[in-house]
Amino acid sequence: MAMAGLLAGCGSGDSGSDGGGTITAYVYGDDAVKVQQAAVDTFNKTSKVKVKLVSVPGTDYVNKLRSAMGSPSAPDVFFNWGGGSIKPYVDSKNLVDLTSTIKNDATLKDGFLPSIMTAGSLDGKIYGVPMRGMQPVMVFYNKSLFAEHKLEVPKTWEDLQKAIATFKAAGITPFALGGSDKWPELMWMEYLLDRIGGPEVFQKIQNGDTDGWGDPAVLKTAQTVKELIDDGAFGKNFNSVDYGNGGAPTLLNKGKAAMHLMGSWEYSTQLGKAPEFAKKDLGWAAFPTVAGGVGDPANVVGNPTNYWSVNARTKHKDAAIAFLKTMASKTYAQALVDNGDIPTTSNAASMLSTSPNPQFANDQYQLVQKAPSFTLSWDQALEAQYATPLLTEISKLFAGKTTPEQFVEAMKAAK
Amino acid sequence: MSHHTPHAKRRGDRKAAVGNVGRPPVAWALPGILFFAVFAIIPLAIAVYLSFCEWDGLNSPTLTGLDNWTRLFKDSEFGQAAWLSLLLTTISWAFQTPVALLLGVWAAGRQRSRAVLSAVFFIPLLLSTTAIAMLFHALLDPNFGVIKEIGPWIGIDPNIMGSSTGALLMVAFVGGWQFMPFHTLIYQGGARQIPEVLYQAAAIDGAGMVRQFFHITLPQLRHTMTTSSVLMIVGSLTYFDTVLIMTKGGPGTDTTILPYLMYRTGFQTYDLGYAAAIATALVVVATSLSLILVRFSGFGSMRSTREGM
Repeated sequence: MAMAGLLAGCGSGDSGSDGGGTITAYVYGDDAVKVQQAAVDTFNKTSKVKVKLVSVPGTDYVNKLRSAMGSPSAPDVFFNWGGGSIKPYVDSKNLVDLTSTIKNDATLKDGFLPSIMTAGSLDGKIYGVPMRGMQPVMVFYNKSLFAEHKLEVPKTWEDLQKAIATFKAAGITPFALGGSDKWPELMWMEYLLDRIGGPEVFQKIQNGDTDGWGDPAVLKTAQTVKELIDDGAFGKNFNSVDYGNGGAPTLLNKGKAAMHLMGSWEYSTQLGKAPEFAKKDLGWAAFPTVAGGVGDPANVVGNPTNYWSVNARTKHKDAAIAFLKTMASKTYAQALVDNGDIPTTSNAASMLSTSPNPQFANDQYQLVQKAPSFTLSWDQALEAQYATPLLTEISKLFAGKTTPEQFVEAMKAAK
Repeated sequence: MSHHTPHAKRRGDRKAAVGNVGRPPVAWALPGILFFAVFAIIPLAIAVYLSFCEWDGLNSPTLTGLDNWTRLFKDSEFGQAAWLSLLLTTISWAFQTPVALLLGVWAAGRQRSRAVLSAVFFIPLLLSTTAIAMLFHALLDPNFGVIKEIGPWIGIDPNIMGSSTGALLMVAFVGGWQFMPFHTLIYQGGARQIPEVLYQAAAIDGAGMVRQFFHITLPQLRHTMTTSSVLMIVGSLTYFDTVLIMTKGGPGTDTTILPYLMYRTGFQTYDLGYAAAIATALVVVATSLSLILVRFSGFGSMRSTREGM
């Protein structure tokens, strides 16, 4: 009895027989937490079971969640990236399968963009409800530099090569790249593989078939990366530039680099670091087509959104699901828009005009809405046991420590 | 009989007194032993146990026998990390020891300026490693850091953190910069213990500063050097925060030293069994190295440097 109580306890604290109690919700601690806090406050006004929001500072989030989930004080509801980021919890039967709940509930079923719902699911089962904005990866660029050198934003690979050659000749780094952080390099691999081989190649890998790394498109991707590096697309010292400390974004806003392939959060980063530049000179565009590639150029990579998942050991499953339903509400979507995020709710389009930058918000929403496929960032889509070696191998490829062929072999061999 | 007893008693007293001079009973050490057991011995035992398990941190650990250990000996990444750790340790030692020794001997003097300067030298040790690593990371930014301005001037490529040797050397340098004051302090303490008469005698015999240094100071600081070196070696082998902040193990894997590899395996890949094996291997290497050092330097026999005086 005591044991069962301990196991079921999972940090929900006191739970009276009157239907009261507390749900603990872990959330990634950044600027957007205020939006979730407001939603929690609203929910708590009418609910007997109260939600307690725990904001875990960004860099510690994954570790803290992992430790907590293995302990008796696990959260009832928690923020995640869907896909591989929740697979270990699904495998250890820690998560509530929300598939039938969502299918039988009109609010949840019709509330979100369908591509976003599928992007976060695993083996056709839904384990999460979308709860933050979309974060597609886009090409950001310095408008003045393009005007000065009479260039158009690259739409095709030839355009891209021309831009690289022109900027290089002018002593400007064509693309800023925070290579010391590793994950910005991953974005290049994701887009190139999608354009060259289509989203199916990575889907195969994501579904657990490491032979997928042997697909010729992967080798072509790695070779293309090597060509870009040899052409000087990222300049000479990208290995010691980072994103986190502002190295790469500063290169762009100081006019030392012309373009930057980055998630949509680059806009708010620039707005924070160089507001003048963000308002006047910052442009954005979709990733160009790649010659000979079979992937649809409308495809997008990045983070479709973040999700709330429910711990199977919670004592207040119904209350937790009631809370998740508020994520589909118009009030919540509006709060996200006001924060500069683009909600993934189906009603979002009509609200975007009130966004801090309606043009950027609209372009982003259109980009995602029209995308036939939205590939989740590989390091989130794969389980940690594959994602960490992947980042290491990509870093070795970019640093010139391995050849494209060695990269493919190493990934095929990853345990 | 009557005169034997006091005699025997006196002898007994004397023996007891000699045997126990300044040595309290074992019971006094119990709190310390318990503390050490709870925070060092038991976790170490658990780590050793985990090194024979497969564990993802969520489910229960399952015993897999020697799997992790056979993997360890075949793993080229472990081999590289072990090599890099030894390399970093050697560089750190070779860089810190001469500087700390000279500074320490110099600071052992008694002039007022030295006291002030010694206090200034001490500052890096008081800063947190994280702050130092972040500071140097910013200084070494190839586009906006100080290195861009002064690098070419002193013949250093501003992309130093992007090159394999450069990154490793900078990690060693930053660690050295931080911990050198500590070793300087040890040498300063050691140098102050050297009896003044030795130098007076040498001066009378006509030995100059350099000869005095090599024939008196250095030999007298033998044990100080052992202490400092053991601390330095164990410290460099467990280097972690500097690497995490300054290089994240890169470029590629060229600064992925053992503790960073352990962190990556344990807390990014969640392969905690294998990470425990790496940790155990690290403990074995560090302990062996310090034991070897202590044995060959004759520190173990506890001879006094003042022997024969």
